[in-house]
Amino acid sequence: MAVTKLKLLILLLCWLTINSSHAAVLAPDRADVLYHNYQGGGMKIDGPAILLRKKATESVAVSAYYYVDMISSASVDVMSTASPYSEKRNEAQLGVEYLRNKTLMSMNFRQSDESDYLAKSISVNISQDTFGDLTNLSMGLSFGDDQVMRNGDDNFNEQSKHYQLRVGINQILTTNLNANLSFEAITDQGYLNNPYRTVRYIDNTLPAGVGYQVEVYPNTRNSFAGKFSMSYFLPYRAALFFNYRYFSDSWDINADDIELGYRHPLNKSLELEFKVRYYQQSQANFYNDLFPYQDAQNFLARDKELSDFNDFTVGAGVTYTLPARFSFGDWRSEATLQWDYIDFTYNNFRDPTAEGGIGNEPFYGFSANVIRMFFSLYF
Amino acid sequence: MKSLRILIIIRKNWLKLLILFTLANLTGCASLDIKPWVKPYQRQHLADKIMTKSRHPIANMHISHVYEARESARGAEGTGGGGCGCN
Repeated sequence: MAVTKLKLLILLLCWLTINSSHAAVLAPDRADVLYHNYQGGGMKIDGPAILLRKKATESVAVSAYYYVDMISSASVDVMSTASPYSEKRNEAQLGVEYLRNKTLMSMNFRQSDESDYLAKSISVNISQDTFGDLTNLSMGLSFGDDQVMRNGDDNFNEQSKHYQLRVGINQILTTNLNANLSFEAITDQGYLNNPYRTVRYIDNTLPAGVGYQVEVYPNTRNSFAGKFSMSYFLPYRAALFFNYRYFSDSWDINADDIELGYRHPLNKSLELEFKVRYYQQSQANFYNDLFPYQDAQNFLARDKELSDFNDFTVGAGVTYTLPARFSFGDWRSEATLQWDYIDFTYNNFRDPTAEGGIGNEPFYGFSANVIRMFFSLYF
Repeated sequence: MKSLRILIIIRKNWLKLLILFTLANLTGCASLDIKPWVKPYQRQHLADKIMTKSRHPIANMHISHVYEARESARGAEGTGGGGCGCN
């Protein structure tokens, strides 16, 4: 039985890897400048971002990305146990791509720093066009090394490491239909929780009837994600996109998200985009909104991102190709505005700032507006 | 749990899978008589810019960051990733 499966696997790989003589090309040069703004749940996050991509030769391209998050947080977690705060996060990435015949190799370095968190990572990816360029196979590895600190506590210094392995296949199915299947395994090791966040437990010896203690997470987390995507060209020149992703991890979190997108050019200079997305997840096995007593179990969490919840997104965007007189020389340029509305519904995370008594408060929920404005230049 | 078992199998056999993948690529499997059914000149619709998923890469990076910071699921996005650094 195992031999048969192996033969089938070899046959499948053979079918996917028939070579042809056409050479691939690198993506075109471009520069993007973006302003982003997220507001919802007592948080405001905004800032600029810039992405540059340039071919050095016909086979080598370099890219640079810089991103800033300016965060003002008065979220429900913060308001129930701490004070509003502001902070800034900077992220920088440098990448290089090398194309040899049909094989594209890339390497990417990334660093993200906040006052209390420093994350560094490196990624390598390889992809291969094959089977008359109908098929593209890809594979990648990443390694991340994070340093976790705590503001106001110079003695606090923790580490975490992250390993990622991903494989993917992109397949042209018809003259109008393209499909993609990708899988990724992620292993996290080290200090994985938030050093500020607490869980709450019933304590009748206190006047409030509730006590707080710091969260304790396991030191390892193994995750697996699989995603299936399709894009379809509609007869009247519009595009339809479909994504489905399944996620599961060793903390017993299972999640699904499904997304449908539609892109419609109105004329030569205007293009509209619409999308809807639904996401749901189950809670981690060590999550509880209210623990029965202090140190109730080995691992403790009350992070709403680890709870049972779902969210729903609707989004729209418009892209305008600027007339030549407003662009730079002969270069084409576009201005884009995108807006997403996301509604979060928590099924086991109560709002501790609301009335109702300990453990009987209404479940929490909030909505967020996300805006992106950006300018793209193709040179 | 089934997907975790698959993950464990992949982790235990990743070297074999990599060798298999490489051999299959190198051999080209020319003996199989399966021809690409969409010719290069028939791909103008697929090559249209409106069909490009990464039409707005800087926006895609932001959207991924927003979701990664607020949802537990991550991965299989087809990008390098590396964690959002948001705790």
